[in-house]
Order: sequence, then structure tokens, then C-alpha cells
Amino acid sequence: MTKLIIIGAGLAGLSAAISACKEKNNEVILISTMPSERAQSVMAEGGINGALNTKGENDSVEEHFNDTMNAGLHLANPNAVKSLTYHAPQIIKDLASYGTMFNRDDNENIDLRNFGGQKKKRTAFAKSSSGKQIMTSLIQKVRKYEIQGLIKRYTSHKFLKIIKNESDACIGCVVINTQNQELIPIFGDSVIISTGGMHGLFTNTTGSLDNTGIVTSELFTSGIPIANGEFIQFHPTTMKFSKKHLLISEAARGEGGRLFSYKNGKKWYFMEEKYPEMGNLMPRDVISREIWNILNEDDSIDNVYLDLTELPEEILENNLFEIIDDCETFFNINPKKEPIPIIPGIHYFMGGIKVDEYHRTEIKGLYAAGECACQYHGANRLGGNSLLGAVFGGIVSCKTALKDRNNNQNSSETNPKELLEIKEQINQLKKRSRKNPIPTLKNELSNILENSLDIVRNEETLEKGLNDLNNFIDTKVEDNYDSTSGIYENINFKNQCLLAKALIESAIARKESRGAHTRSDFPETNDKDYKKTTIARYNGKSIDIHFEEIPKLRE
Amino acid sequence: MVLINIKIKRKTLDNENSYFQIFKYEGDINSSIAFVLEDINSREKLIDTEGNFAERIEWDCGCLQKKCGACAMIINGNPSLACSSLLKDLIKDDNNLITIEPLSKFPTVSDLKTNKYSIFKSLQDMKLYLESEPKINKNQHESEYQSSRCLMCGCCLEICPNFDISNTFNGTLSMVNGFKLINQENEKNHKNEMIQEYRKHYYNGCGKSLSCEEICPINLPIEQLLSKSNAIGVWGRNLK
Ligand SMILES: Cc1cc2nc3c(=O)[nH]c(=O)nc-3n(C[C@H](O)[C@H](O)[C@H](O)COP(=O)(O)OP(=O)(O)OC[C@H]3O[C@@H](n4cnc5c(N)ncnc54)[C@H](O)[C@@H]3O)c2cc1C
Ligand code: FES
Repeated sequence: MTKLIIIGAGLAGLSAAISACKEKNNEVILISTMPSERAQSVMAEGGINGALNTKGENDSVEEHFNDTMNAGLHLANPNAVKSLTYHAPQIIKDLASYGTMFNRDDNENIDLRNFGGQKKKRTAFAKSSSGKQIMTSLIQKVRKYEIQGLIKRYTSHKFLKIIKNESDACIGCVVINTQNQELIPIFGDSVIISTGGMHGLFTNTTGSLDNTGIVTSELFTSGIPIANGEFIQFHPTTMKFSKKHLLISEAARGEGGRLFSYKNGKKWYFMEEKYPEMGNLMPRDVISREIWNILNEDDSIDNVYLDLTELPEEILENNLFEIIDDCETFFNINPKKEPIPIIPGIHYFMGGIKVDEYHRTEIKGLYAAGECACQYHGANRLGGNSLLGAVFGGIVSCKTALKDRNNNQNSSETNPKELLEIKEQINQLKKRSRKNPIPTLKNELSNILENSLDIVRNEETLEKGLNDLNNFIDTKVEDNYDSTSGIYENINFKNQCLLAKALIESAIARKESRGAHTRSDFPETNDKDYKKTTIARYNGKSIDIHFEEIPKLRE
Repeated sequence: MVLINIKIKRKTLDNENSYFQIFKYEGDINSSIAFVLEDINSREKLIDTEGNFAERIEWDCGCLQKKCGACAMIINGNPSLACSSLLKDLIKDDNNLITIEPLSKFPTVSDLKTNKYSIFKSLQDMKLYLESEPKINKNQHESEYQSSRCLMCGCCLEICPNFDISNTFNGTLSMVNGFKLINQENEKNHKNEMIQEYRKHYYNGCGKSLSCEEICPINLPIEQLLSKSNAIGVWGRNLK
């Protein structure tokens, strides 16, 4: 038996688990803070990409490859993207065969819609809850393996630390049961991390509050590098709601929604005017930047709107129902009658745990997939490519883990040194002298980040962010313990700050504009110096940033 | 702007006993209960209306937009999602008191957090998965889509007069989830197995009060799914 430990039960985690159980003699332990039904993946609305070519548009996997590489401004590993786009049509068919309720066209083919950055209809969808429908079918698949005893789901558990053997290979991890605070070491042949994006560092994000980025920050602090951390996708159409943002899916524009603002009292369709060909369906980074420019540079303009009032009732009710419902429930706006006021908000982290083409991290036996990993999307992600990347990354990471497996003598030590270290750390925590409340600190951290890592950045604001962050760590975070917040949040808060620092330092080092990273002081793209992957590594004292060559496309 | 008193049922991780604590909140009347809870939790110091120091409130949330079902709790007596329950719909009388409690049919972990393991276990007991590729039936597409929207929040179980975690009756969400699978399964034996479990764990226990239909936070067409499930599971029909 090979035993895989998977941390995170969103789309990537479920996909890895199913992939393992399709082969004989594998078992899976699936760990997550909440059940899969609650993972961020259920929030995805718009759809998943694959060149099924059923619309008579002559679409092809090559074109999907080119669109993905171009949108990512050639920072993604082309071999990984080649494989992703090649497998995409089959992945969508597999999802349908698991029971995903994709919309069907008149010929009973899986229906496809337009999505930003792509000229062909290539995005399969299930009305406006594609993520939820895909997740439901995968959860049902996992249930079968659970009944057979091949998958054990540990919900209400959080990841603390990987366990390594003498030769520095990962052989398990320590987790905490949040229902009784028990610390548990778990051993296996490999560990796959699929814990989602770093949304929790920010508040202007559409992501789930469950995705704190804590796992990424703990791995980073323990020496595992982060790649392309500066590339943060802002979705152009979000609304501020509660302490985060609510997404108005790109599907709204895919179905014909138009962006405008008022100029001299008249409706100004700024995207259509500047980009006549793609208009409202330009890639997200382009639209977000246009909106940022309009709002920041023209004093007479305070608001940008998304107009759905001209769309046919049938489309609104059938394909955009969730959007209409959200606007009515949360904002008292009826999009059938009035335009929706929108602002850009953080939506996706292209950067994350550095992995190779096959999803290996630098630690033997440790893999990463899904939004937590830096893979497939380069400088900017195409809408519909991250669900695809999560499913495919799950499959590849699982296959690699099974292939690499070095038959760890399944250690079952009850007290590995990592567990003792954590226990000691908890004892020390409680002796600390500062008593700042973590929720207040968390807000302050998000503030610093949001001011420096905005849609448009420059040396001055970034350096200020870095300074503020250093100060913040020295005067408030070091030696702090908040007894009113959980042990888990206390142990990890400084790690989150260090990860935040890595994002800012990466943005400082990349002195060019590319994709989601726009520098007003370096507006040009500089292929010679920066058509490379940014690597941020923590050495225990400071963060080193360097740039690595991107692999060439194999013939 | 409104000023409200929010009365919260509390329990610590290591103590069996619950108690109530009241907090003041002043803010926008369009705020959700989730927003109010977050706001209270992010205060420098948490002090209740009697001036006592309080621990931060434990509760689960994820999406904050009615998509993940994590934040189900009892609000003014009704099982609801905290993220889509807005103050303007909850303030009824002049004293502006809103009471929130954890769902009562599941073990409370702490404060508003409950352990819903039994929900997921019950779907396993009913063998709810597909053995074959799904049967595609255009006419049932919409109902199957609705079946797959279920958030597993547990509100329908909380309101149900017949549901109790210790009984064999698994409640509405098991029927809602089961419908699609029973209708789509092509493999006869497994289909029959699911039908038998459906009768045992759902049909024999449901008293058709349909209080669940009104309470479902995402308005699933429960009665419709129920009559379709019964048509297949009890009357042995195939849906056209
Ligand atoms: C509103 C919204 C709409 C979107 N729409 C689309 C779309 O239409 N198309 C598209 O392609 N992409 C879309 N995306 C992006 C896409 O949904 C995500 O990138 C993708 O779902 C990520 O999947 P994942 O498996 O990597 O992580 P997630 O689904 O985020 O799952 C993370 C898992 O990790 C667990 N976890 C987190 N922290 C810990 C911890 N400390 N310990 C243990 N477990 C932990 C969580 O409980 C969860 O199970 C959207 C995103 C958002 C926010
Ligand atoms: S937080 Fe997800 S449904 Fe309320």
C-alpha cells in the first residue's frame, strides 16, 4: 500500500485523491479545515477551459496553449502548459462522466461560452455555479472510495508542519484537530499540499476566508521557496461586501455585459472604445488597469459600472441567475433594471509554492498543486484556467508522487521531533510579553499590503510598504501572544508576515511591467532581464530574491 | 445606522455548559450577521453589555456569499446562514434584540460551531455515489442541477420535526442529494441498493411537513425533488 497525505480538500485535493484511488494499492488521507463542500472551489462561477471544439470555430489545443502562454506573458513553464491544454478536453469529459451538470447545447454536447482573453468559445460551464457543480460530482466520487476505506477524510484539521526523515525527505506532517486542539503526527509515503491561494493576507479579495495562506507561509518560513509572488490577479468586476469582496463573474461579460463610466454626463464604454476587437473581454489585468487609471487619473470619475440591462431575460435567468440573486440579496440592486457599480478586487494568486513541471517542491516527497502552487498561469491567469489547473495539477502531483515513492518505511513514531518542537513552541508562546490582538494585527498587515501591492505599483510605495512591514513586525509581532485568539493563529502570524514580505520584495525586484505586475516607474516589459521566474527564499534571517530561467519548450 | 443588541449562546471547547452573552453593535442596517460577528471579533477588547470581558466568538464561515453552507446557525429562532441574514430583515421590534445560537441538532463544539460529521456519514450509509456513467436526460437536467446545488448547511435538518441525529431518518438533504444519483445511475444493482437505502433512511421517516422547503437558504425546489425521488424510489417509475 502507498499512502498519500493530501492537505486541502478543494478541487486540486479531491482530484489528486481520486487519481490515487483509480489505481490499485493506494490509500489517501485527506485533511482540511472544513469539508470539501465548504472549500473555495465551490465559489467558482464562470467555468473551466478546454478546446472541445464543438462550436464550429476551429478551436484547437494549440490555440488554447498559445492563449494561455500569451495571457501569462510567457512566464509559465511551456511544457507544463502544453500538457495542461492537451489534456483539458478529456478532463472536461471525465468531469461530465462523474456527473457534473454542465450546460448542454441543442445537440446534447457540452455547451461552451466565451471567456476573457480567448477568442474562441472554450469554457464549459454549469449555469453560474460551475465550481459547485464540479465539486459535487467529485465529492460523490470520493464518497465511493471512502466507503471502500481507501480515502479517510479528516475535516476540522489544520496543517502545522511537515515531518522529515534523516535524509530530509518528507514522510508526513503534524496537524491539529480544531475540535479538541489535539496535535497529531501523520505518516505516509508523500504529502501533497493543495491548500489554495494566499487570500487571507488581504481583505480586498473575492477568495474564501478559509484560505489563509498559512500553510504556504509555514512552508516558506521553513525554507521552501515561493515563485512569482508579485503576480496577483485583480478581477475587474467585484463589489465590496462584509470584510471581503464579492465577485461579479466574468460570465456576465461573456454573455454580453458592458463596462462603462460617465464622462461629461454621457455613458462612456471605455473598453469598447480602446479595444474595439475584444472590448469587454480583454484579459483581466488589462481591464483592471484601465479601471484603475480611470478612477485614479480622472478626478471627475468616481464610479465604474457593469451594465446587464440590455441582456435578454432568458440569459439573465438561465445563465446569470446567481449574479442577479447576489446583487438583489446583498446590495438591493436589480441588475435587470440598473447597472452594477464595480471595483477591481484580488481574485487569484499566480505565484505560490515553487514546483517543477511535475509538481515537485524542493523537498523530496512533498508536492504542491492547485492555487497554492506556482504553475500554468505565468504573469496572468486566464479565466477558466484555474479550475482546469487545479484538476490537472491534482492528477499530475498524484502521479508524480506515486512514481517517486521511495517506500518510506512507514514510520509510526509517536513523538517525532517536529511534534516536540511544536509543543515547545506553544509553551514558549504563552510566556511572550506583547499582547496585541491578532484580528487588529491582521487588519494592519492587510492594510500595508493593500497600499503597496495595488494594481499599479512603484518603487516608492513598495519601499514604504516594506518599511512599514519591517516596523510592524519589530514593534508589534515579535514576542506577541494573544490569548483570546487560537494557538494556530498565534503560531503562524509571524510566518504570514514573512510571506507578505516576500511578496513585496518580489515586486520590488521585478523592475518591469508584465501581466498582473504593473510598475508606473518601469512601464515597459523587459524580456532580457525579466522573462524569468522570480524566486523568493527565506534563509532564516532574510529573504533572498533571484530570477531563474524558464525551461524551453521541448519538441 | 442602527444600534442592536446581539445575544449569543456561548460554550467553551472544554466545558459542557452554555450561557448567553449580549453585545452591542452599531452599524449599517444592511449588514449581515456574519459582518456583525466579524466586527465584534475584531474589536481590540471584547466586552459584553454587562461590562464583562469576553472571549472571541467561535463560528465557521468561508465564502460569505451563500455558497459554502459553513455559517448555518439559529438566528431569532430560524435556522439560517449568517452571511445572508441581514439586519434589516431581522429587526422586528423596538428593542432591536437579535438572538443567535448554534444549530441544536448537532453536537456543539464551541460557541456557534457544531460538528456536522453525521451529515457526511449519513450520505455514506445511503451509498450515494455513481457506479456507472450518468444517464443523460435533458428533461431532468434542471432538477439534477438543483440537486447538486445543496450546501449541506443542515438548516433543513434543524427545522425538521422528524430529524434526530440518533434516528435512521437522514432528512431532506439526503433526499436532495440522492435524487440526482438515483436518477442517473445506469448500473442496476447499485441503483436498487440506493433505492432501498432511500426508503429506509428517508421515505419511511419523512412526515411531509415540508417545513424544509421554506427554510432552505438557497430555495431548492424540495417538494419537486421529493415527488420525483418517490416516483423512482417508491413507485418504481422512470422519469421521462
Ligand atoms: C469567487 C471566485 C470565483 C472563481 N471562478 C472561477 C472560474 O469561473 N473558473 C476558474 O477556473 N477559476 C475560478 N476561480 C478560481 C478557482 O476557484 C480556484 O483557483 C480553485 O478553486 C482553487 O482550488 P484549490 O483546490 O487549489 O483550492 P481551494 O478550493 O481553495 O481549497 C483549499 C483547501 O485547503 C484547505 N485548507 C486551507 N488552509 C488549510 C490549513 N491551514 N490546513 C488544512 N487545510 C487547509 C481548505 O479547507 C480547502 O479544503 C474563482 C475563485 C473565486 C474566489
Ligand atoms: S459563509 Fe459560506 S454560506 Fe455563509
